[in-house]
Amino acid sequence: MKIVVCIKQVPDTTEVRLDPVTGTLIRDGIPTIINPDDRAGIEAALTLRGQAGGSVTVLTMGPPQADVALREALAMGADEAILLTDRAFGGADTWATSSTIAAALRKTGFDVIITGRQAIDGDTAQVGPQIAEHLAIPQVSYAGDIQVEGETLLVRRMFEDRCHIIEVTAPCLITALSELNKPRYMSIAGIYDAYRKKEVTVWTLADIEDHIVTGNIGLNGSPTRVKKSFTKQPKGTGTFVDNASPDEAVEIIVQKLAEKYII
Amino acid sequence: MDFNLTKEHRLLRQMYREFAVNEIKPYAEQTDEEERFPVENVEQLKKYGFFGLVFPKEYGGAGGDYLGYAMAIEEISKVCAATATIMAAHLSLCAAPIYECGTEAQKQKFLIPLAKGDKLGAFGLTEPGAGSDAAGQQTKAYLDGDNYILNGSKIFITNAGYAEVYIIMAMTDKSKGTRGISAFIVESGSPGFSVGKKEKKMGIRGSSTCEIIMENCIVPKENLLGQLGKGFGIAMKTLDAGRIGISAQGLGIGEGAIDETVKYVKERKQFGKALASFQNTQFELADMRTKADACQLLVYRSAHAKDSGVPYGTYAAMAKMYAGDFASDVTRRCLQLMGGYGYTREYPLERMMRDAKITEIYEGTTEVQKMVVASSMQLK
Amino acid sequence: MSKNILVYIEQRDGKVQNVSLELLGKARGLIAEASEKVVAVLAGYQIQELANSLIWRGADEVIIVDDRILEEYMTGPYTKAVTAVIKKCDPSIVLFGATSIGRDLAPRVSARIHTGLTADCTALEIDGETGNLLMTRPAFGGNIMATIVCAEFRPQMATVRPGVMKALPADNSRSGKMEVLAVDFVAGDNHVKIREVVRETKKSRDIAEAKCLVSGGRGIGNAKGFQMLRELADTLGGDVSSSRACVDAGWIEKNRQVGQTGKTVRPALYMACGISGAIQHLAGMEESELIIAINKNNTAPIFDVADLGIVGDVNVIVPKLAEAIRKYKLCKV
Repeated sequence: MKIVVCIKQVPDTTEVRLDPVTGTLIRDGIPTIINPDDRAGIEAALTLRGQAGGSVTVLTMGPPQADVALREALAMGADEAILLTDRAFGGADTWATSSTIAAALRKTGFDVIITGRQAIDGDTAQVGPQIAEHLAIPQVSYAGDIQVEGETLLVRRMFEDRCHIIEVTAPCLITALSELNKPRYMSIAGIYDAYRKKEVTVWTLADIEDHIVTGNIGLNGSPTRVKKSFTKQPKGTGTFVDNASPDEAVEIIVQKLAEKYII
Repeated sequence: MDFNLTKEHRLLRQMYREFAVNEIKPYAEQTDEEERFPVENVEQLKKYGFFGLVFPKEYGGAGGDYLGYAMAIEEISKVCAATATIMAAHLSLCAAPIYECGTEAQKQKFLIPLAKGDKLGAFGLTEPGAGSDAAGQQTKAYLDGDNYILNGSKIFITNAGYAEVYIIMAMTDKSKGTRGISAFIVESGSPGFSVGKKEKKMGIRGSSTCEIIMENCIVPKENLLGQLGKGFGIAMKTLDAGRIGISAQGLGIGEGAIDETVKYVKERKQFGKALASFQNTQFELADMRTKADACQLLVYRSAHAKDSGVPYGTYAAMAKMYAGDFASDVTRRCLQLMGGYGYTREYPLERMMRDAKITEIYEGTTEVQKMVVASSMQLK
Repeated sequence: MSKNILVYIEQRDGKVQNVSLELLGKARGLIAEASEKVVAVLAGYQIQELANSLIWRGADEVIIVDDRILEEYMTGPYTKAVTAVIKKCDPSIVLFGATSIGRDLAPRVSARIHTGLTADCTALEIDGETGNLLMTRPAFGGNIMATIVCAEFRPQMATVRPGVMKALPADNSRSGKMEVLAVDFVAGDNHVKIREVVRETKKSRDIAEAKCLVSGGRGIGNAKGFQMLRELADTLGGDVSSSRACVDAGWIEKNRQVGQTGKTVRPALYMACGISGAIQHLAGMEESELIIAINKNNTAPIFDVADLGIVGDVNVIVPKLAEAIRKYKLCKV
């Protein structure tokens, strides 16, 4: 089974803080990591390879420093790594990103594609399903479990109030949730090998030109644009209510919960 | 002179840190409270290749280097010094001498399972009458047909009771002094071999430290490690490299204490302000942070020297000497910054302070390290 | 291209999901001229009787796609159905709820049509100058907000976060058009097979995974106090946790303890009820997004980290709060 995992290197947004004075994001010193849902994807791929045989290729579209994320995946046990990098890909929204990655996938070939459900910087959860549409293959998203039964994959597809046990065969695309599994650590030998023995293949636009309509890449190929971005209000000191009656207090709390979309 | 870590060492550090915090740290308190050998940690260390970190893949190792090893011990020591002790003794004191001095047959038979972590290793040099004065070995060995017969006892042996492979020093020719000491690979199941009293210790309480008794212990003659009479040299060389690990341990303990304290002083408020805003707190932490950096440079340099194939013994002695002192000093000062809460077992500082002390003593006391360094300066 | 707004109506087992009603409400707010209409897309099996309620909630028209193949949600048939409706209506805007169905369906549809899609929006408005839809949504783990435009492609598509927009109350004097659209489904449209549908029962979660935590301290008085906290937690879809004092007193299990020797949690809401806020406790929860504290003692250190601090008796306030939240949720939809 040829399994291709699409991953993204992201800043660890759970560690990002707002500067309380300027109200801007403190991005310095934020470590970059493999997106958590994608890491689960790598683990799922490695497990699948263990059960069904085959190979695991890891692919990422990103800047040159995304090489580290690929090395991590190699150190976890992936067989091959491909870095899709080109200035021309920059500024892409999910349509352009998915088009570009789909082109690379046409070139690598695949039986099963695994992506993470959602990246913790873009937070869209759109690229996986869009890749599946570009490649005209079935998708099973929100995968909570993946089993192999001969030629068939049994995927537990999670909804809010139920799950479907889905039978799907290759070729197909599955989006992984970080709850899907507990990803293995890189092995020590794996880390040394990732840098000393293995290669990361680099593909630029020229390498995938035959598989893509150039109008679909990068900023110019993106139907959506960011008009503006702004930080939320920094926390500031809290509200202290000392002399309200219980009913008044309850009012205030309910208002706050509604304001913050808790209820 | 490049002070930057290579990309692979940065990735190693990332892995070590995540692994130590998620897998090792949760057991640290219990390991100390119950004096419990942390079997879960040992299982995980084995799984990811820690026990054979520096040995080539053909012997079941991870194909890594001593810098990677030092960094591993450092990160583990930040959260659980006892686990670091288990790993360091196994790798540096038992597996390493077999790799350096063993025959191919011995490597196949013993190094491979040790590197894979299928068997745990230990090292027996210290005796009731022979500590810093290691040459005063009383354990005797004589050849009897196809076997050596060993008689004597060793004390303070790390991993005893769990280890299956021991490197034991014994006197084979008393007339030759240190040149009459030989090294043997002794398996725990050998007739006449038993594990005696378990020590109750101030710190690293999860590490099993016991006496070993050999009464007409039968050791096949092919288990002689290195040449007859060369055992003392093997022991000294082994301890030289072992120092790299222990200095990394002292470094990690101290760094772990600083990390905990920084977290605490940012939260704890007295006199209307966080402790972190008081100048004494800031100056103390700044001083300790600088010492940590200095210690790290010494430790990494000694590891790097060994990896480069240049003489490293003096560097390792300096690193260990500095790290032992650093660990004890910093844990004490950090506990002071944490005050009453730091003295309780709710916080890990008091354990770190108890754990730190051993790094000034085992695998060669600070005084022995000073002897090594003084000797390198030709002060006679 | 019409200037209509299409709203995808998510139904499961014949029940319309709240988020879809919220979107109908929002769509009504967005349309400016009489020529703009709010059109609801209702896809499913034997769901035609739901159409009226959609009109009462703000739809001007309902387009129904009713077929056996749509009985349970599957990507293939639903994508085909929604795409067919969009092609027929040629709307300016299409809205989906950002649910696990919406976030599976919308990207597929948008890719098939070749248009832009913006995810998980928390605000929508029309740009006065250009007439484009301005879609605002959280990014970077929720640390920043971004306003997105899809200027040159139509329709402009968005998935919208549930619980943010307001549904309109049902007005059964409203009338509208209903139309059944026949879509040519074939067996192969499925691509996958559902072997089994498993309805989830709620299982006890790790408190570290809860989105809302209602936490009790010594101030709740006794073990029974946690029952009261559990009821409040249920109204919030959250879980119950505790300070060390209650665990030590045997009022609740240790795996619910938050703090230095317990767990560290970072939920969207942490309600500290009768908790003083000792430093060992703060260490375990001070990173929570919204901290609300209730305590009798107005000098309790918990108030230093609380976003909203209420001085009062937990045992009086908590049950009233649970009741008030239940009422609020009923009124919303």
